[in-house]
Amino acid sequence: MAEKSDQESFLKVKLNVNRKEYTVAVQPDTPLLWVIRDEIGLTGTKYGCGISVCGACTVHVDGKAVRSCRTHVSDVVGKEITTIEGLSADGNHPVQKAWIEEDVPQCGYCHSGQIMTAAALLAENPTPSDEDIDEAMSNNICRCGTYQRIRSAIHRASAMATEGELKK
Amino acid sequence: MLNPFVRIASDETVTIIVNHSEMGQGVYTSLPMLLAEELECDWSKIVVEAAPVDPSYNHTQWGVQGTGGSTSVSSEWERLRKVGATVREMLIAAAADTWKVDKESCQAQNGRVIHSSGKHLTYGQLANKAATIAEPKDVQLKDPSEFKIIGKPLKRLDTPEKTNGKGVFGIDVNIPGMLVAVVSRPPVFGGKVRNLNADKAKAVPGVKDVVQVPSGVAVVASGFWAAKVGRDTLEIVWDDGDNATLSTDGIREHYAELSKAPGIVARKDGDPQQALQKAAKVLSSEYEVPYLAHAPMEPLNCVVDLRADSCEIWTGTQAQTLHRIAAAQVAGLDPDKVKIHTTLLGGAFGRRGNPQADFVVMAVQVAKAIEAPVKVVWTREDDTRGGWYRPMWHDRITGGIDSDGNIVGWRHTIVGQSIMTGTPSEAVMVSSDGIDETSVEGAKDIPYSIPNIVVDLHTTKIGVPVQWWRSVGHSHTAFVVESFMDELAHAACKDPYEFRHNLLANQPRHRAVLELAAQKAGWGTALPEGHSRGIALHKSFSSFVAQVAEVSLSSSEEAHVHRVVCAIDCGRVVNPNTVEAQVQSGIVYGLSAALYGAITLKDGRVQQSNFNNYKMLTMNKAPKVEVHIVSSQEAPTGVGEPATPPIAAAVANAIFALTGNRIRRLPVEIKELKKV
Ligand code: FES
Ligand code: FES
Repeated sequence: MAEKSDQESFLKVKLNVNRKEYTVAVQPDTPLLWVIRDEIGLTGTKYGCGISVCGACTVHVDGKAVRSCRTHVSDVVGKEITTIEGLSADGNHPVQKAWIEEDVPQCGYCHSGQIMTAAALLAENPTPSDEDIDEAMSNNICRCGTYQRIRSAIHRASAMATEGELKK
Repeated sequence: MLNPFVRIASDETVTIIVNHSEMGQGVYTSLPMLLAEELECDWSKIVVEAAPVDPSYNHTQWGVQGTGGSTSVSSEWERLRKVGATVREMLIAAAADTWKVDKESCQAQNGRVIHSSGKHLTYGQLANKAATIAEPKDVQLKDPSEFKIIGKPLKRLDTPEKTNGKGVFGIDVNIPGMLVAVVSRPPVFGGKVRNLNADKAKAVPGVKDVVQVPSGVAVVASGFWAAKVGRDTLEIVWDDGDNATLSTDGIREHYAELSKAPGIVARKDGDPQQALQKAAKVLSSEYEVPYLAHAPMEPLNCVVDLRADSCEIWTGTQAQTLHRIAAAQVAGLDPDKVKIHTTLLGGAFGRRGNPQADFVVMAVQVAKAIEAPVKVVWTREDDTRGGWYRPMWHDRITGGIDSDGNIVGWRHTIVGQSIMTGTPSEAVMVSSDGIDETSVEGAKDIPYSIPNIVVDLHTTKIGVPVQWWRSVGHSHTAFVVESFMDELAHAACKDPYEFRHNLLANQPRHRAVLELAAQKAGWGTALPEGHSRGIALHKSFSSFVAQVAEVSLSSSEEAHVHRVVCAIDCGRVVNPNTVEAQVQSGIVYGLSAALYGAITLKDGRVQQSNFNNYKMLTMNKAPKVEVHIVSSQEAPTGVGEPATPPIAAAVANAIFALTGNRIRRLPVEIKELKKV
């Protein structure tokens, strides 16, 4: 196979992911999604479309839901990035608990993104109405059609969580 | 090992090896339930493992290993309960032997064997000894009245790993030394590379190599992004080949023309021609449905580690045996040298059971060319444009009614490509006179009593690869038949529910779901202003489904489906929780297609590419789905697919009730929704 050195064209970038510091060597315009998945090795964040329409790649950047497939890694240096793996210590964020209670996932592929989007919604609005949920969640595609249970689970998470838990 | 399907460890963990792929339908829960029902183990100790490829894991009806046709539960219904009972008896025998007592004085309960004296041993303590005991033949299975697990709405075992990021899908697999490849394939099906300039791609940082393989040109890099950037800079001149002029418009014209003449007869009863001549009223309509991509949420991908004398594959496949054979052929190895690790499948809907193993073959080709472990990832665009679609269909259907509203004659001509021709199922599914069963399923076996009926078929040859798509032929025939039934009901001035009901005197299970759906939906009761209901009924995969959809037009004049009431009779229910989820899923899947789904071609090129132009239903548009399961003592039948077929017709029929517009082509066009 052809050998060539890529080192000079790569930039060393420091990232804070799930409260841990990582240094990666990448092109600055690489989407955060692929840095998280291929460089850092956290594969919970998924690729669905790459054009910001499906939500599978949703992570939190400084607490806000962001589509990592369209976020350049250079734009999140110095910010706090949270992926599904870092949402809670052991899967016990109220949204995760509610997802388990309601048995939401089918294939499960979209749900890292669904959960991260829902968690960001609840952090901002702990008691969302159905309209609020529609507004926040309707850019997250689920090909398995789990929407009804997602809605129930968001209401359940809202009902069972204290505000502190939702804000993390 | 006690049995190919179960291992019990000294820490009491019961590992159940599941031979069907988990693609969302819940088999990693429902199949362990079958085994655990008889094993009498502790449900909380169960761990699920994907089966390797081995004849002992073959589908009981297919003779190969695979998942599809809504058959996982029916395939395993007897076998896994027998496995559970067999292993339980071996554990009891081991305990009886340890204690030197009669087996009859021992019983199994919640992971322990208990002697009548009260002493007990755990399964973990007994497992090693049990493994040395000969398998008893002819174990007795429980009477269903004794079921403790089957029929209970147990929670899925795979939910935790699907909510914390730990679940491993094919795309998540990472093996030592692995590179990532993205492949450029011909923009026209069957095209070939004429000229390749890979200089720019090779200069992209991270790109390791560019190789030409039979499926296209692979850009191999250290990670996905570099491979994708490299792929996008490839300069390729393609030889488009024979399909360069294919277009949806052209296919439509061709099909409409063909439908004017009868095709090969799939079913004929009585004298339909004469009956139609004599009928009081005759109606004739043409229907059309488009090509559809499966668009599983996880784009296709496959990891291959090819060595001189072995090949290891990690992928989400629905067709282990076939894909292993195909991989072995490319690798130049015996199939038993190829190992497949089945990961979680991020949706499949049939696509991951590709009859040519396309996504596996391509990955093995790349691995062979670069001589390194590789993960080949399809972009969403690759996935959308990759072919293997639900076929486009054109139907011409004529019905005659008498003055009492009975259907006296029926002629249905179907035009489209064969799904099964060229697949391993061809011998079973395609008759000697060329009728592909899946082209006419749901049309030739309509349940309504019609004395004079003919269903015929023109099988076309078009250079677009087609494949089974959730519910296969039924996705098309249910729409056509149930829409046309609605047309006839209106022509007969009958209520669409009553009209169907009257024609089902000999079909008690059809009638029961129809009644249940209508009753739960409040058929005939008042609705809010601007809302309407539509009803549809369809049997597929041996299950009976009726749906009532409640629809309004939103301000943008899009159809909004508020509520779907669905009745299903799928025989005995193993897990009502997953049945409910699958019915909701099937409806949303069918509704996405009905409202938005179309793959179209122009100049041989697929015009859609991603979720922006191949749209999916989202939460704000998703109906509230109410699922009513008919309680039944019959053997379990299909669940994953049967809810998909009727929804398009239920919605189209509701749109007609609201607007007077008959939807005869999918997806529903907004302009068709203007009030007339
Ligand atoms: S992968 Fe980012 S929105 Fe779809
Ligand atoms: S659960 Fe499969 S895509 Fe959402």
